[in-house]
Amino acid sequence: MPTPKKAPKIRRGIPKIRAKQFFSERIIDTFAVQLKAFVPVVMNKPFFDSKSTLLALFLIVLASAFSPVFASEGEGHEEKAPFNASEVILHHVKDDHQWHIADWLVVPLPIIVYSEEKGLDVFSSNRFYDEHHNEIEYNGYKLEHDHITLAESGKSVFDISITKNVLMLLITAALMFYVFLSVAKGAKNNYGKAPKGVQSFFEPIIIFVRDEIVKPNIGHHYERFLPYMLTLFFFILFGNLLGLLPGAGNLTGNIAVTMTLAVLTFLITNFNGKKTYWGHIFWTPGVPLPLRIVILPVEIIGMFTKPFSLMIRLFVAITAGHIVLLALICLTFIFGSYYVGFGSSIIVLFINLIELLVAGIQAYVFTMFSSMYIGMAVEEGHDH
Amino acid sequence: MDLLTPGPGLVIWQLFVFILLVLLLGKLAWKPILTSLKEREESIQQALDSAENAKKEMASLKEDNEKLLRETRDERDKILRDARTAANRIHDDAQANAKKNADRLIEDAKSIIQTEKNAALREVKEQVAMFSLDIAEKLIKKNLSDDKSQKELANTFIKDLKLN
Repeated sequence: MPTPKKAPKIRRGIPKIRAKQFFSERIIDTFAVQLKAFVPVVMNKPFFDSKSTLLALFLIVLASAFSPVFASEGEGHEEKAPFNASEVILHHVKDDHQWHIADWLVVPLPIIVYSEEKGLDVFSSNRFYDEHHNEIEYNGYKLEHDHITLAESGKSVFDISITKNVLMLLITAALMFYVFLSVAKGAKNNYGKAPKGVQSFFEPIIIFVRDEIVKPNIGHHYERFLPYMLTLFFFILFGNLLGLLPGAGNLTGNIAVTMTLAVLTFLITNFNGKKTYWGHIFWTPGVPLPLRIVILPVEIIGMFTKPFSLMIRLFVAITAGHIVLLALICLTFIFGSYYVGFGSSIIVLFINLIELLVAGIQAYVFTMFSSMYIGMAVEEGHDH
Repeated sequence: MDLLTPGPGLVIWQLFVFILLVLLLGKLAWKPILTSLKEREESIQQALDSAENAKKEMASLKEDNEKLLRETRDERDKILRDARTAANRIHDDAQANAKKNADRLIEDAKSIIQTEKNAALREVKEQVAMFSLDIAEKLIKKNLSDDKSQKELANTFIKDLKLN
């Protein structure tokens, strides 16, 4: 009996290593690509004198937010095409129909569009570009500012393409699926034993989410909401962390994603609303009658501001972090100097560390507030 | 796709994938993980409880043992004390008895001695009287063995008689 049990374990080990190698190669590749893109720009530039280096470092420390201003005023005039930092940053932060990892590595993504005139169409995003990377029309579709329209009428089509963020979404989901199925398998295999490996890494986080976020905020019916809350927490966490990888898409910093999550929380909150919850909204206890005219609209607006704040908070926290990082990196290209590159790299390193912290905090905060809203909704009546 | 306007395509994908993820993970991952966590917590709690119980049991057992030991020691002391008092009493009784017996014996001896002495004295007196009679007889016999002495005696008696 033991030999057939052992055999699949060995077989399973090999793709793991392959996946790891593939992953690290990919990361190294993207780093290398960035370095390759970075070095020629720096090499072409004359060194700054010490005075302007000091000034540059000072400016970096002062504010990265001003970098778009520098972009127009900076010394990039000698370049063939002026370097537009805000365009680069927004391009990185926003969704895209192709995955632009490096200038020489652009992964075309499938485009899926539907229009009443032409029905459902699936084709590669490469079709929108000729061999010189110029935008062209394809099959009556036109790509304008990442927006697909019908070439003749200019009407927009219903676009459910696998964009960069959809791909990130699928990668995040697949990773979560893989990770938590391994944890579940570990839980099953190590039944009655101490946890091992990936299981012992994630179990404390799961316990943290259960005991520190969901249980205290929802109360004794918390178990019903645990699957949603755990998925929410880890989806945001994984999305945030994956989004920090070089070349990755900004999934959790996309307002469509945060909106969907906020709407799900909103729906769960209101579908589980008990008598006390609705009583608080429509007939707030302890309020004199004339004031009710004021309170009622405020309470109803409050129902919607809660998910709205969830949506905005996550979107802003992640997107702002990405913008700060990219702005600091762009400084190098704006000034075209080794010194600025060195200085901004150091600051980028620390901002990256902060972003790692923010990734966890935002996952925590989103889950905690979702639990709180649901907790308020499912609260059983108590006396005032 | 602008930064602030949610793209409908991504919304649909996100909704679809996320709900699928919640359902699949809920069934395949969260349920077994949470059950195993709960069971583990319970088993740890149980182990702790039973350890605590065992500790308590041990403590009570030890207490019982000590109590038993203490009781035994007390009993032993009591027995010893009793034995000692009993021994003392027996000893005293024996002494008192012996003394009484001795006293009585001495008393008896004294009275016997007294009677024996009296008897002896009486016998001595009788013997002395007999001896005196014998002696007197012998003296008389000797003194009156010849006629002259008889005459002398008779003369002495006559002289005495004359004086009277």
